[in-house]
Amino acid sequence: MIETYNISKSYGEVKALDQISLQVGKGELFGLIGPDGAGKTTLFRILVSLLLPDKGTAKMGGFDVVKDFRKVRDLIGYMPGRFSLYSDLSVEENLKFFATVFGTTIEENYDLIRDIYSQIEPFKKRLAGRLSGGMKQKLALSCALIHKPEILVLDEPTTGVDAVSRKEFWEMLKNLQTKRITIIVSTPYMDEAGLCDRVALIQKGKFMALDTPLGIVNSFKYRLLAINASNRYRLLQDLREWNNTDSAFGFGQDFHVTFKNDRFEKEELFRYLSEKGHTDIRIEEIDPGIEDVFMKLMGTPDKPQKADL
Amino acid sequence: MKRFIGFIKKEFYHIFRDVRTILILFGIPIAQLLVFGYAIRSEIRDAKIAILDRSHDEVTRQITNKILSSGYFLLSENLQSENQIEPALKRGVVKEVIVFENNFGKNFRKEGVAHMQLIADASDPNIAKLVTNYTRAIVNDYVKKEFPGMKMPYEIEVQPRMFFNEVLKSVYMFVPGIMALILMLISAMMTSISITREKELGTMEILLVSPLRPIQIIVGKVTPYLALSVINASVIISLGHFVFGVPIKGSVLFLMTETMLFILMALSLGILISTTSQNQMEAMFKSFMMLMLPTILLSGLIFPIENMPTVLQWLTNLMPARWYIVIVRDIMLKGADIFYVWKETLILIVMTFVFIGLSVKKFKNRLE
Repeated sequence: MIETYNISKSYGEVKALDQISLQVGKGELFGLIGPDGAGKTTLFRILVSLLLPDKGTAKMGGFDVVKDFRKVRDLIGYMPGRFSLYSDLSVEENLKFFATVFGTTIEENYDLIRDIYSQIEPFKKRLAGRLSGGMKQKLALSCALIHKPEILVLDEPTTGVDAVSRKEFWEMLKNLQTKRITIIVSTPYMDEAGLCDRVALIQKGKFMALDTPLGIVNSFKYRLLAINASNRYRLLQDLREWNNTDSAFGFGQDFHVTFKNDRFEKEELFRYLSEKGHTDIRIEEIDPGIEDVFMKLMGTPDKPQKADL
Repeated sequence: MKRFIGFIKKEFYHIFRDVRTILILFGIPIAQLLVFGYAIRSEIRDAKIAILDRSHDEVTRQITNKILSSGYFLLSENLQSENQIEPALKRGVVKEVIVFENNFGKNFRKEGVAHMQLIADASDPNIAKLVTNYTRAIVNDYVKKEFPGMKMPYEIEVQPRMFFNEVLKSVYMFVPGIMALILMLISAMMTSISITREKELGTMEILLVSPLRPIQIIVGKVTPYLALSVINASVIISLGHFVFGVPIKGSVLFLMTETMLFILMALSLGILISTTSQNQMEAMFKSFMMLMLPTILLSGLIFPIENMPTVLQWLTNLMPARWYIVIVRDIMLKGADIFYVWKETLILIVMTFVFIGLSVKKFKNRLE
């Protein structure tokens, strides 16, 4: 349903997208994971025909996003990154407006949005600007779905939404998938990657990886240790100073560490940390998660706190 | 069509739910009109005067009566000597002191020349001028009626020139000017802001990917403001006519047609501004700098075009408001029809088409 070939796009000197190729099949839930400024929004805007690519072609549902942009626009439901509904219109008025603009009615497609809209329906007289973050996203999704699109393009729908609402939101997407809607979604949260059928990791306009979540995890061939000690801040510094350390990032309570040379005894590291004066040291061999792969692929950030994202 | 109506409905929700928009749309025009109307209003009523009559004869009594019965003046006090003039004016109540010379009537009949002095409180120069002019006119009128055939045989030692009507005319001037200003404000500024607001909120992205055509978006944005501007124009014209007594000598229908043309011109200017602005602040700034200030300063609304330096006079030709003001003045005050103002009308039409053409060309299907 979605195909792109070698799409490039620059803003002046900055390369926002660099030779992006991608295929998404019908009914697939495709995730685009990457930090802010990686090029996610640019790619989506090209897909929904709002931007022209400098090079390369893109097709949505078989239609070219440049030449047949009107047909493309009929096919898609688009949810831009920012909250993009009318905050001075009520929930119901927003939905009604988008229904009329797309030449349909709420009643006609109520089936499709029932699960989502029923959750905010009790507040339908409330102005959209007074909704909570989670409810806003539900309303925005309802509005994007109201004309029964074949492809749903969601730009960071879960940014700024609390953990519970995020979980609910992904359940809704899974539900939509059963109705054969193709979904492409972007997010800066790596823990959401595992919920997609396939994911692409994008950084600085380039795909670092494109596979199923499992495939991405399996591509990780390194030894991974989870390490903890009483003084977390000093621990991270000391871990990064150790001559065999390749990368060290915080994951929840622990630090996940990879090594330049995987052949060494855990005790070696334990001794090193003890000498540095650490107490309560705990070192554990673990299987990598998708986030470990991404951190490895993206390389070491300059500042330690970035790793806590 | 259903889409279009839905869109316009939404625009009206925006307008009526935002207190500031409502204030700008309806509060400002009326307030501006009333403020300008009363501030510039060149009419006096019940101005307090004092009289120092050294002659106390029949003629001075008749003139005094005529002045006091005119409705413009109220006698505050009768002075006995010259020393009292300054204190009387200083108290600020008395706007003008009228002094008749000794043997005023006698001199007048015998020599044909009598002296009468008007001393006005010039701390407000406009009022001072008005008051003296009114007095002069009354005396003039008295002489004409009582002594027909005589040739203005008296002198008054105040600065002359300016007649009754010319003074009043400035009142008529501001209504067309205010109309131009307000229609510019509402039509151009409000549309440009409302379009850029969608850009800012990100809703423009959704509107663009919707089946709505750009022209539908533009027309949908513009229609509510066109309707509101027409209402506003009618309110201003009625206020001007019924509150300030500005005559409408020409056809009201023709006046409204020309007004619609001007509104359309302003709306297309607003769209043009919105296509070149990324956010509301920028749109507001541009409308203000490019539309409001030039309209106020260069359209002849406040400063007469004839008094400007040549370069600025040339610049005023580019101000749509300038032509509109001429049209409205001619229709309202002179009863002009299309044959009289065809040139100005043509200029406005050309401007409208240029702006519409430019904005349709600049309004994009996409984000860049």
